[in-house]
Amino acid sequence: MNILVCISKAPDTTSKIVFSNGNTTFNEDGVQFIVNPYDEWYALVRALELKESGGGKVTILSVGGADYEPIMRKALAIGADEAIRVDSDTRDSFQIASEIAAVAKSNAYDLILLGKETIDYNGANVGGMIAGLMDYPYVSNASKLEVNSNVGQIEREKQGGTEVLEAKLPCVISCAKGMAEQRIPNMRGIMAARSKPLNVVASCGAGAMTEVVSFTLPDAKGSVKLIDPENAAELINLLHTEAKVI
Amino acid sequence: MNVLVFADSHDGMIAKSAFEAVTYGSKIAKDSGGSAAVLTYGTISSDSLNELASYGITNVLHCSQLTDMDPQQLARLLAAASGDQQSELIVFSHDYTGKSVAPISAARLNAGIVSGAIDYPETSAGFTVKKAVFSGKAFAQVKINSDVKVVSLLPNSVGKTKTEGTANVTEFNPDCGAPSVVVKEQKSKGGEGISLTEADLVVSAGRGLKGPENWGMIEELATELGAATACSRPVADIGWRPHHEHVGQTGIAIRPNLYIAVGISGAIQHLAGVNGSKVIVVVNTDPEAPFFKAADYGIVGDAFVVVPKLIEAVKALKIAQG
Ligand SMILES: Cc1cc2nc3c(=O)[nH]c(=O)nc-3n(C[C@H](O)[C@H](O)[C@H](O)COP(=O)(O)OP(=O)(O)OC[C@H]3O[C@@H](n4cnc5c(N)ncnc54)[C@H](O)[C@@H]3O)c2cc1C
Repeated sequence: MNILVCISKAPDTTSKIVFSNGNTTFNEDGVQFIVNPYDEWYALVRALELKESGGGKVTILSVGGADYEPIMRKALAIGADEAIRVDSDTRDSFQIASEIAAVAKSNAYDLILLGKETIDYNGANVGGMIAGLMDYPYVSNASKLEVNSNVGQIEREKQGGTEVLEAKLPCVISCAKGMAEQRIPNMRGIMAARSKPLNVVASCGAGAMTEVVSFTLPDAKGSVKLIDPENAAELINLLHTEAKVI
Repeated sequence: MNVLVFADSHDGMIAKSAFEAVTYGSKIAKDSGGSAAVLTYGTISSDSLNELASYGITNVLHCSQLTDMDPQQLARLLAAASGDQQSELIVFSHDYTGKSVAPISAARLNAGIVSGAIDYPETSAGFTVKKAVFSGKAFAQVKINSDVKVVSLLPNSVGKTKTEGTANVTEFNPDCGAPSVVVKEQKSKGGEGISLTEADLVVSAGRGLKGPENWGMIEELATELGAATACSRPVADIGWRPHHEHVGQTGIAIRPNLYIAVGISGAIQHLAGVNGSKVIVVVNTDPEAPFFKAADYGIVGDAFVVVPKLIEAVKALKIAQG
């Protein structure tokens, strides 16, 4: 099976979020970047498991500048076979999806996997857009995936439960918790990653449909109102009369 | 502008989050001098369909031929309806169905999308929508530059407002193409518990509770309040609680009116999933727990002493209210 895993770069979960240029740009100074956790823990690891049991190849794909290469090497160290970077300074999810679809159209991938969303833009859009552009089945928020002779058996989250469904390959699947367990790259993987192919391809020139005009930070919380544990009932009273939420 | 709202249903009833999306869409249409319509699908009771009218919608398109949540077929249905209604803005709820169908629709309609919007658009210079980014640690104003626009609204962002009116429900069954997925089985999470993403009130607990056997009081407090239950990630990872209760940066993000956190330290990754909550209450033995910095109300105390008192107080309040 020929699997494409889309990998995004994201600031480490503990990063302090600071903006510059009049609140129009995320300030990357001192920020540690990681592979977007959903892409890495769920999409990539499940792809590797499917390859290990059924054979095939796992290609990772990122759309971005040279600054993406460290996290791509990390994904190769975890076990992907090769990498493609579309050299592009993308601005929105439509542009990213168009670039990925352009690559996917000229390669016969059986599965396109990616995380359910990124932890920076939290868009949850790219997978569905690729499916829309390719006219492939799309299953989002999948927590299980098995493949049997060209049919994917998938479990996806839905309101109040889950749903078991089947989709013919090729298809696009956005992966969530349950899919797989995080893998830590070992020394051999890290060494091997250095010599695995990382091909840079040119952008297809797709344009963006949206732009971020400005960022803001949430208002600082006022200080917490502490209630004496002996008088815990007072809390319920305050929630009722002051906060008016119950 | 003409607005089309995609309304999902559960168990034959229009979803609660859909009424909020309908409130949102009908206000935008009204303020801009356009008309609003609703598109829905599946087996839905006529009472529930008619209820849409009370949120300012007169025009309801109902597709009864599709019953499975097949994102490709629904995106085709939506494209047909948006052509029919000459829609300039499509509104979804940013729930599981919205996350599946909205991006495909955007690609099909060549439309820019803002997913997870938390407020009404700003239209003085173009069309700009606010959304949470960096897992709730910041907000972005995102401008949509395409002619047709798609917005998916994060549940619990603008509330729902009732007005007067009667709905005109039309059957709408265009060609939606062959199915792209086949649904084999539905698994309910069990219990009659309130759905976490739609809940107004949430009671959550973490490792401070010491073991799964101690969740009885958390469930009782939730039941008395009419709240959903949630938990921190380690608690779901060690199997004390089901995975679907895990909130945070790597779990689900919620924004209830009230979030009560018991025995949770308030790590940055946990806060990322709950910092959109309107009121946060923290119960923790450690006065230095980081969660207190994000809280509106706090009790420095032992959960095993405090929670039973809270249960009694809620019961007393309910009696006092009759
Ligand atoms: C990449 C990444 C992603 C993550 N994503 C998430 C996520 O999505 N969601 C999430 O929750 N975590 C996430 N985490 C984990 C997070 O960093 C914390 O480890 C976790 O939230 C801690 O859970 P906790 O508060 O239940 O446990 P602890 O940190 O162990 O805190 C327990 C708390 O209970 C208090 N306590 C103890 N006894 C009592 C008592 N009797 N009464 C009252 N209070 C008591 C203690 O004072 C303490 O504050 C993530 C971590 C990483 C690295």
